Amino acid sequence: MKRFIAFIALALVAAMATACAPAPTATPAPAPVPAPATATRAPAAPVAPTAVPATPTATARSGGELVFAVSDPPPRTYDAHQETTFALLHPASPHYSTLLRFDADNFPKIVGDVAESWTVSSDGLTYTFKIRPGIKFHDGSVLTSKDVLATYEKIIFASAGVASARKSAYAVVDKIEAPDDATMVFRLKYASASMLTNLASPWNYIYKADLLAKDPRYYEKNIMGTGPFRFVEYVAGSHWVGKKFEGYFVTGRPYLDGYKAVIITDTAARAAAIRGGQAMIEFRGFNPEATDTLVKALGDKVTVQKSPWTCNLTVTLNTEKKPFDDVRVRRALSLAIDRYEANRVLSKISLMGPVGGVLRPGAEFSATEAELTKLIGFSKDIDASRKEALRLLKEAGVPDGFAFTLTNRNIPEPYEPTGIFVIDQWRKVGLNVKQNAAPTYLNDLRAGNFEAGIDFACDHADEPDLQLLKFISVDKSSTNYARYKDPILDDLYNKQSRATDPKERAKFIRDFEKRVLDEQAYQFHILWWQRIIPHLTQVRGWKITPNHYINQDLRDIWLAASQ
Amino acid sequence: MNSLSPTWLASLVRFIRRRPLGAAGGAIILVMIIAAALASVIAPHDPLETNYAALFKPPSPEFWLGTDGFGRDAFSRLLYGARTALFVGFSASFLGAAIGVVIGITSAYAGGNIDLFIERIMDVFLSFPIIVLALAIVAVLGGGIVNLIFAITIPFIPRTARVIRSSALVIRQMPYVDAAHSIGSPDARIIFRHILPNVMAPFLVMLTAFQGQAILLEASLSFLGLGVAEPTPAWGLMLRGAAVTFAERAPWMGFFPGFAISLSVFAFNLLGDSLRDALDPRLRL
Repeated sequence: MKRFIAFIALALVAAMATACAPAPTATPAPAPVPAPATATRAPAAPVAPTAVPATPTATARSGGELVFAVSDPPPRTYDAHQETTFALLHPASPHYSTLLRFDADNFPKIVGDVAESWTVSSDGLTYTFKIRPGIKFHDGSVLTSKDVLATYEKIIFASAGVASARKSAYAVVDKIEAPDDATMVFRLKYASASMLTNLASPWNYIYKADLLAKDPRYYEKNIMGTGPFRFVEYVAGSHWVGKKFEGYFVTGRPYLDGYKAVIITDTAARAAAIRGGQAMIEFRGFNPEATDTLVKALGDKVTVQKSPWTCNLTVTLNTEKKPFDDVRVRRALSLAIDRYEANRVLSKISLMGPVGGVLRPGAEFSATEAELTKLIGFSKDIDASRKEALRLLKEAGVPDGFAFTLTNRNIPEPYEPTGIFVIDQWRKVGLNVKQNAAPTYLNDLRAGNFEAGIDFACDHADEPDLQLLKFISVDKSSTNYARYKDPILDDLYNKQSRATDPKERAKFIRDFEKRVLDEQAYQFHILWWQRIIPHLTQVRGWKITPNHYINQDLRDIWLAASQ
Repeated sequence: MNSLSPTWLASLVRFIRRRPLGAAGGAIILVMIIAAALASVIAPHDPLETNYAALFKPPSPEFWLGTDGFGRDAFSRLLYGARTALFVGFSASFLGAAIGVVIGITSAYAGGNIDLFIERIMDVFLSFPIIVLALAIVAVLGGGIVNLIFAITIPFIPRTARVIRSSALVIRQMPYVDAAHSIGSPDARIIFRHILPNVMAPFLVMLTAFQGQAILLEASLSFLGLGVAEPTPAWGLMLRGAAVTFAERAPWMGFFPGFAISLSVFAFNLLGDSLRDALDPRLRL
């Protein structure tokens, strides 16, 4: 009898252990570093494949509706050229194509989307694109280079009253032309290392020229693209629906009959939606705890994909307000933060990830650990750093610290835990910091109505031109909320942007990094993010990338038979 | 000395014997007030102090109510959170009730078009549920304790004004008020000597009832990220963010502040009901 009871007990323990064991998860390797294609001149010969895409997947099956969650409702307009939030890209990108696109399976490789091929002149000043023939808009009309021209004229040379959020990224473009229906030409003022990356921007939806000619603001309230899914409806605050476009130019795509983007703003509710099967995936990311909970609950019915993330949080100090106009105070504030402790703590409970400088750790041109730890605030000897911080505060005339308010975004992930952490770090050097997490956050930052703030930056690629832009002078960068002017930084930015030799470019970037983070400490990084996507294993054909902007047209996604 | 007189004590004992539930509510509130006042003495840890070696610790002798995602002691934060709750609660309910009294008496005493005008404005405010009005105000003004108090005060004003006006209208018709008028007493004297003292009973009842609502509103707005901001200890904040995300792993993070909010609202409601019963002459029959 005792043996029987022991056997039953052992069996129960074994069963419980099996049930509690973590499910197998797919954890892709970190994204490879960017290919030199973005740093060096492309060859004169066509570099993009002309054949329409993708490796057919033997097991891929057509049909079904993908239901995914989006953590924010779409913004004021549907025009991605002027909007800056993923909350538009996630539901709207399936309706559109772009000139170029990133190959999600080989990120950051750039391939053609409506562009069939392209050439770059030997001096790097002329980019010529051949437009794929036979691409149709959802209304049946055929896309030509005129549509691409009208799109980029709107983005680069936006007329009065038409907003373009990324106009400054194309300052290098001198003029654009469409000599015939199948050719599109970009002529540059000077050679640019980031031109192709910018042309693969997921924000640059190709719009229809006729519609733009009639009303340049047509796309603020309407959808009309050449993407794999037609627009069906958007019910404000609830959901966005798309239906398969039978005339999509990629043979055999999309696999899905349609999709539904469901807006769920609360993190726990989004996790619960996936857990309960009301949503299959959420493309922005969950924190490790929410992911673990899903894995424990669903076992092998959930797959986890992980990646670094081209997003970061920084502290930005309003240099127009005292005492933040004093470089000693700014440096002290950076010195007080133990980023390595932040990584240990915040990476367990939030989206925050690795310690890094102005470029994502691991990306091409990012600082090595040896280079990074030489910068103030990035040393691993936090006691020495805080001692230096106290000395600088004393020298700046505030030996007992001072009080100020940290303006933060009113979003739990990852802003709230980061705000708590940073305030706690500053307490350790005698600073008394209150937090203001108001809905007016972004307006306050833009208007300079703050003392110190948590700022964020997310880009669609690892490209210094993108990541360094917010640190140049306020009259040249609309996202420099620290409000300083620094000609040295502007000069370094231009030099790195035009450098054709990667080694030379890396040197300028290191100098830039040292000046902005160390010598002046106008703004300084806290941590970069980690991207974790747990999704139902039923969802196939989607691969995580280091940002949540690209690979969102859903054309390669298919649904396995439900388990 | 008066407060300890035998008469006062006898009244207290009588209240406890006749209304034990109200007395229990009062006792809970008293404990809360003492705990909040002596938080700096009682709390075993600094409520803002992080301890990264003790993240998500369950209740233990070292951390009586466990720790949160930053290793902060939940018990200490709960004690200091009582300060926030009581300060916002008392301030908002007192201000709301006091302004409501002034408006209610003015409306009732002036009568005519002034009464009509004031009451229509009150109708507009009363048409919004309390939480919706408070949300709208704090969304416009932003977070922070001062704005929070203001946002909670505003919805209380019309509710008090309406009740006080109806009491004052009755008193205004009383013979002793007519007598005061006939001997030429100025309006201010009539209001302060004859009307105001007679509306104090409903005023006190509303004041007490509002405390619980104010605490709940403060917690709700802070939970929604529109009230007090981290790292200030506040019960609603303790329920937000990590407490939801980590509900399965660290249930104590949400349980104790939730229990504190429920208990305090329950205590104020018990006391308010008992005060109403004790002070309303119609219920003494």
